[in-house]
Amino acid sequence: MIHEASYVAIAIFFAFVAVTLGISFYLGGKAKSSQGYFAAHGQIPWFVNGVAFAGDYLSAASFLGICGMIAFYGYDGFLYSIGYLAGWIVALFVVAEPMKRLGKFTFADALDSKFNSPGIKLAAGISTLAVSIFYLIPQMVGAGVLVQPLLNFPHWLGVVIVGATVIIIVVTAGMVSTTWVQFLKGSLLVLFSAILTVMIWARGFETKQGGIDGHEFRSSGPISEWATSGELRQQPGFEESEVVPPDGEWSDAPFVRTRNSAGIVAVWSKEDVGNGSVRLREAQTVETRDGQTWVNGQPKGVKKGDPELHPIGYVSKLHGGEAKSGSLGPLSFFSTLQESEVVLWPKQVIAGADGVKTTVYYQKPTPGSQILRPGEHPRFKGIRSKKPLDKLNFLSLMLALFCGTASLPHILIRYYTVKDESSARKSTIVGIASIGFFYVLTLYLGLGAMTSGSMDVTNSNMAAPLLARSMNEWLFAAISAIAFTTVLGTVSGLILASAGAVTHDLMSSYLKIEMSDHEKVRVAKIASVVVGAIAVVLGILFQGMNVSYLVGWAFSVAASANLPSLVMILFWKGVTRQGVITAILVGMFSSLGWILLSADTFTGVYGLPAEDAIAPFSQPGIVTIPLGFLTLIVVSLMTAGKSEQTTSPQSANPESA
Amino acid sequence: MDTRNARIGLVLFAVYLLLYGGFVFLNAFAADVMETTPIAGVNLAILYGFGLIIAALVLALLYGFLCKPTDEEITARGGKK
Repeated sequence: MIHEASYVAIAIFFAFVAVTLGISFYLGGKAKSSQGYFAAHGQIPWFVNGVAFAGDYLSAASFLGICGMIAFYGYDGFLYSIGYLAGWIVALFVVAEPMKRLGKFTFADALDSKFNSPGIKLAAGISTLAVSIFYLIPQMVGAGVLVQPLLNFPHWLGVVIVGATVIIIVVTAGMVSTTWVQFLKGSLLVLFSAILTVMIWARGFETKQGGIDGHEFRSSGPISEWATSGELRQQPGFEESEVVPPDGEWSDAPFVRTRNSAGIVAVWSKEDVGNGSVRLREAQTVETRDGQTWVNGQPKGVKKGDPELHPIGYVSKLHGGEAKSGSLGPLSFFSTLQESEVVLWPKQVIAGADGVKTTVYYQKPTPGSQILRPGEHPRFKGIRSKKPLDKLNFLSLMLALFCGTASLPHILIRYYTVKDESSARKSTIVGIASIGFFYVLTLYLGLGAMTSGSMDVTNSNMAAPLLARSMNEWLFAAISAIAFTTVLGTVSGLILASAGAVTHDLMSSYLKIEMSDHEKVRVAKIASVVVGAIAVVLGILFQGMNVSYLVGWAFSVAASANLPSLVMILFWKGVTRQGVITAILVGMFSSLGWILLSADTFTGVYGLPAEDAIAPFSQPGIVTIPLGFLTLIVVSLMTAGKSEQTTSPQSANPESA
Repeated sequence: MDTRNARIGLVLFAVYLLLYGGFVFLNAFAADVMETTPIAGVNLAILYGFGLIIAALVLALLYGFLCKPTDEEITARGGKK
C-alpha cells in the first residue's frame, strides 16, 4: 500500500518521542553509580515498577504482532495473549521473591549465589546475550513497520532510527530513566488501547464488499471451470477481456488470469459452485518484474491515485442480512461476529513459466464462527488434524510461552529496581493487572482491525496502527507514537540487560577484570552500542516475519536455557555447578539450533523450500525445555560429591534432596 | 527462606497450571468443544481465554493478601518479629 505522510501525525509523533527522550535525559542525569545505572539504586516505587513491567512486556510483539495475527486469522493470535500472561504466574509464584533475595544486578547473580563459580556467570551471561538479541529482532522489525505508514520511510530507515535513539537513551541514562519511560508508555498504551476498544464497540459492524478506498472487489459467474475467452466475454464486465493461457504453476492453481483491452492482467480465484462451474472472485497480486514491484498487474505507483493494492478487511454478511449492526457491547460484539461472515485474504505464491513468482492474495469468505475458534492460522492448523505429531507445534509453543516469561533477562532485572521482596511481589501483581487488562483488549483490537476496511494485505504487523488510522488521524498519530516508544522502551531494557551481562557476568566475574564503578558503567555503554548495532542489522534481515511469531522463538530460547537452572536451584538441593553450566548451554544451543533448522526459518529467512527443513516442527520448546531439565538432573547426579564447589551444607547431604 | 510464602505460591501455581493445562489440552485434543457457545452467544474459546486472564489476576491478588512480609523486611523496617 502507498502511505501518505500526514503533518499532524508527524508533529504529534515527534512531540511524543521528544518528551520521552527529555524525561529520560533529565532522570538519567541523576544516576551516576553502577548501582544506579543497572538497578536504579533499588529505589523505584513498586507501583511504578509494576506498570513499567507492563511497559517492558507489552512490546511490539503484543501490540503489533498479536493484533495483526488476530486481524488476519482470527482467534489464534489471542492464544499468544493467553500464553504471555500465563507466564507471569510462573514469574510471580515461583521466581519473583527468590530472584530478589539472591541476586544483585543480573540473573546470573541469582543462579550463582550458591556456587560462586565463574563458569556459571559465563554461561548465564552468554544466554542472557543470546535471548536478548533474539528478543531484539522482533522489536526492531516492529520499529520498521511503524514508521512506514506514518512517515512513509522505508523499513530499514525505521530500524536504524530506533537503533540510534535507543542507543542514545541507554548510553546517557540507564535503568532509572528506562523505568520511567516504561511507566509512562505502559500507562499510555493501556489507556489508548482502551479508548480504541470503546470506539470499536461504538462503530459496530457494517457490510461492505471492499476496504476504505471505496474499491468494491468484483465477483462473477457462474462460469465453467475451464473457461475459454469466448465464455468469459459473456460475463458482464469482461466483454473486452480474454483468458490468459495457464503456464508454469498456474496450470494447477485454483486461479484464472484475464487480460483486459488495456493489457492489464487480473487474477481471479475460482470458487467451486458445483456442476463443473465456478464463481470468479477478484484477487490481488504482487510480483517483481525487472527489479520493479508490480501490483494487480501494473507497476506499483508512488503517490495516491497510482496503482496500488486495495485495503482489505470487511464484513461481507451480517446476521439476518442487516447492513449495519449499530453500536455493540463487549459480549454482543462477539455474538454478532459469530453469526456474520468476514472476507479473509490468504495468500499463495505461484511461479509462472517465465520464472516470475506472483504472490496471489485471494478472497476467502469465512463464517464468524470459524474466525472465533482456534486453529485457522496455518501454523495452528495442526490442532484440527488427526495426527498427534501435528499437535506438537501448538503444545510446544504454549509451553514455551508459559515458561518463557519467567526466564527473560530484561524482565528478571526489573526485580532489582525495587527495594525488597514484598515490593517485587506487589509490582508483579500490578504488572499482571495491567498486562491482563491489555490482553483482553487485544482480541477486540484485532477483530476491530479485521473489520476496519483498512488492512494492508501484505503486512499483518501494521494492523493496529492502520485500525487507529481508520478511526481518525490524531488517534493514529498517538497510537503510533506510543507503539514507537513501546519499541524504544523494550529495546532499551533489552540492551541494558545485555550490557549488564557483559559487564558483570563476563568481564567482571569471568575474566576477573578489576573495574572501578565508573569503568563498569563505561564498559556497559560500549556493550550497549555493540548490541544495538547487531540488533539493527538483524531487524533489517527479518523484515517480513510476524513479530509475535519471532517473540515466540525468543521465549523458547529463554525457557530452554534459563528456566531449568532457575527452578531447580530453588527446589532441589542436589544441583551442582557443572549441572547448571551444562543445562544452560544445552538448553540454549539445542533451542537455537532447532529454530535455525526449522521450516519457518527456511522459508522466511533463507528463502529455501519448507520441505528441506530438518527440524520436524517449528517450535522447539516441548523438546528443549525438558532436555534442559534432564541435562541438569543427570549432570548434577553424575558430578554430585565430586565437586568441591558445592559447599553449602544442604547440598552436601543427599538425604535432603 | 520464607517457606510460607513459597508454599502459598506453589499451591496457587498448581491451581493455575490446571486451568491453563485444561485450556491447552482442550484446544489440542477437543478443538470442537471450543466452538460451542454456552453463554450469550459467545463461544467457549473466548470465555475460557478471558477466564484465564481473570483467574491470573484473582490468584495474583489472593497471593498478595496471603503473603506476609519476610522476617528480614520486618527487621529492616524496625518492627518486631
